[in-house]
Amino acid sequence: MGRKLLTEHINVEGINTFEVYRKHGGYRSVEKALKTMTPDEVTEEVKKSGLRGRGGAGFPAGMKWGFLAKPEGVPRYLVCNADESEPGTFKDRQLMTKLPHLLIEGMITGSYALGARTSYIYIRGELLYVLRILEKAIAEAYAAGFLGENILGSGYSLDLHVHPGAGAYICGEETALLESLEGKRGNPRNKPPFPAVQGLYARPTVVNNVETIAAVPVIVNEGGDEYAKIGIGRSTGTKLISACGHLNKPGIYEIELGLPVEEFIYSDEYCGGIWKGRDLKAVVAGGSSVPILPKELILKTAAGENRLMTYESLSDGGFVTGTMLGSGGFIAMDETTCIVKNTWNFSRFYHHESCGQCSPCREGTGWMEKVLHRLEHGHGSMHDIDLLVSVAKQIEGNTICPLGEAAAWPVAAAVRHFRHEFEWHVTNPKEATAPGAAYRGAAVLA
Amino acid sequence: MAKITFDGIEIEVADGTTIMNAARQIGGSIVPPAMCYYTPLKGSGGKCRACLVKVSAGSAKDPRPMPKLVASCITTVQDGMVVENTINEQVMDVRKGIVEMLLINHPLDCPVCDQAGECSLQDFAFEHGLSTTRYEEERRTFEKIDIGPLIQLHMTRCILCYRCVYTADQLTPERVHGVLGRGDASEIGTYIENIIDNEFSGNVIDVCPVGALTDKTFRFKQRVWFTKPVNAHRNCETDKCEGRVTLWYKGKDVLRVTARKDEYGEVKEWICNTCRFDKKETSDWTLEGPAHINRASVIAQNHYELPVVNPQVIQDLPESTTRELERNPPLRLGGLNN
Repeated sequence: MGRKLLTEHINVEGINTFEVYRKHGGYRSVEKALKTMTPDEVTEEVKKSGLRGRGGAGFPAGMKWGFLAKPEGVPRYLVCNADESEPGTFKDRQLMTKLPHLLIEGMITGSYALGARTSYIYIRGELLYVLRILEKAIAEAYAAGFLGENILGSGYSLDLHVHPGAGAYICGEETALLESLEGKRGNPRNKPPFPAVQGLYARPTVVNNVETIAAVPVIVNEGGDEYAKIGIGRSTGTKLISACGHLNKPGIYEIELGLPVEEFIYSDEYCGGIWKGRDLKAVVAGGSSVPILPKELILKTAAGENRLMTYESLSDGGFVTGTMLGSGGFIAMDETTCIVKNTWNFSRFYHHESCGQCSPCREGTGWMEKVLHRLEHGHGSMHDIDLLVSVAKQIEGNTICPLGEAAAWPVAAAVRHFRHEFEWHVTNPKEATAPGAAYRGAAVLA
Repeated sequence: MAKITFDGIEIEVADGTTIMNAARQIGGSIVPPAMCYYTPLKGSGGKCRACLVKVSAGSAKDPRPMPKLVASCITTVQDGMVVENTINEQVMDVRKGIVEMLLINHPLDCPVCDQAGECSLQDFAFEHGLSTTRYEEERRTFEKIDIGPLIQLHMTRCILCYRCVYTADQLTPERVHGVLGRGDASEIGTYIENIIDNEFSGNVIDVCPVGALTDKTFRFKQRVWFTKPVNAHRNCETDKCEGRVTLWYKGKDVLRVTARKDEYGEVKEWICNTCRFDKKETSDWTLEGPAHINRASVIAQNHYELPVVNPQVIQDLPESTTRELERNPPLRLGGLNN
């Protein structure tokens, strides 16, 4: 049984209230940081912990904090990215619903480390009920003196606001999030300048994922070195994985990084294997935007080693035989799944969510969706399969923000590993478009 | 000052210059195309991705190449930077891809489009595009909308460069013009068909790289290549309008009035709606002489004329470089040998 750092008390009755949370050791990190540590010491602990961004990119959080420009007399901001909208990812929602005070505690400690006097939680518009929970928790924290003027007599003051988005996936991209928070249309900005220099209201800003910020109290309480002992190599600590799809026990699991993927899928402690006794066909390991891998490659790397739940192990083999840990949205598909249909579905999502600002993504996402629609419905040709790869390549790397890549990768990977299935849709359209039809042939592994 | 090498040509430019503007100082067909970037408009650029270039050395201090292609219109130069544009195959490939993306939802109605002949997309496609399409699906279409009595918006042709949005934002006091919707369903427009009611609103027609925003007083009057541009001025009473314009003649008639544009199609002085729409008699104007059209466009006497390299830059090059360039010229470095 792995250690639970974030979710240890998640099922305690009333843990979403201030009193119960406090009784279970809540807000200790605020006391420790504000009373005994300087802001730089807090940042130093986060650096030592090796904590990496939990939102998808996996950029070291301490390093991000270190990049923050600190000119005299200019306000700085910490913004929490709670715009969790990646298909397959639903960990932040649970964390905020059940443990709102953990996020608030992390925001206070993090803001103190960064010298922010005003901080924001930008929450996805669809999660209005979570917004209410957070607002209630924030009011409790104000009443208890953990927010507002002169927190715990330390002389440090912080205001914390929750701001809802209007339901756009693109606002999870940090610069689009900042634009939206400023009240503008949520279009990603051109970079540079990066948010660390010119972020919210053109001031230095750090944008972190909910889970990243929630890990800060643990790191401050236990020490960065202690946190870094969990995990393997540069993947330290625990990670929330939201497992869904054809599993016996889908749900949210806090795992120690380094857990073998095979154990995660098949052990009773975690997902408990594939449902209905079926065979696993493919896995999307980190939210819909990461490359899909067939069973053989998700359980073992191309070199035959066990695939582990770490940033490095999952990306072993690059985009030829590997994938990414991403945001931890673990989607398992059994043998009855049609990969073409699934890819079309993902593609439809990115087509709908492209902001339309830059041409490759605006036009390319729609194009891919239409071609995939054709293939799925048995009207495609062999030439369409190559066209998909070509369009994906034209989008990838040529866009303003990573949404272009997020749309291109799943398509490119699906064709790479399941080309036979695409070809089967072309050669046997009648069979392939029958309800419940799925190709049972082997996947392409290299 | 920063010294950079662009397609093998060295040039020294002021710090803070963008790669695009450094290339424009060299001139010629090595200048990356710009579909959305517009120098007079703050914040423009970076959207169309037509000007992507390869930075094969970031700076003298850190000579590592940049991992991705960068938009040359918004990336500033660093001393010692080495940029590859027309000599880089990847850049050319990507550019072809961008043309394709811009064209898949474009109606290609050039034969009936007022912009034909002075259309940036037409030039861009002619220069970099393919003559066939791989797109078989239905194209996106919109209804035409009148934005007031003088300007018509035809979203079907729009490439969403945002130039008109910035123009309306920066030239007019109240913001009524923007982008609605998202993805390939986004459209430029005004909220519930508001009128852009402002003395400078006509400038959105000039900044539009395609035929999405057209002058209703000129619609279907004449193909632009049959009209003769003449520079003229008048003593304009509108605040901030200098009254320096280009008149487009057919015979004795002034068919339309536009702002004066430079070789990259950029307006240098905004003009007011009175000059643009109301003064269409020769007697309203003091004529200066024929306007020189030197941009690469079919409007240039039906010749597709390649732009010319700034002779000063070539003169300043060390002889070894010139010889190297002559022996092994960058792709289509038109005018270098002139």
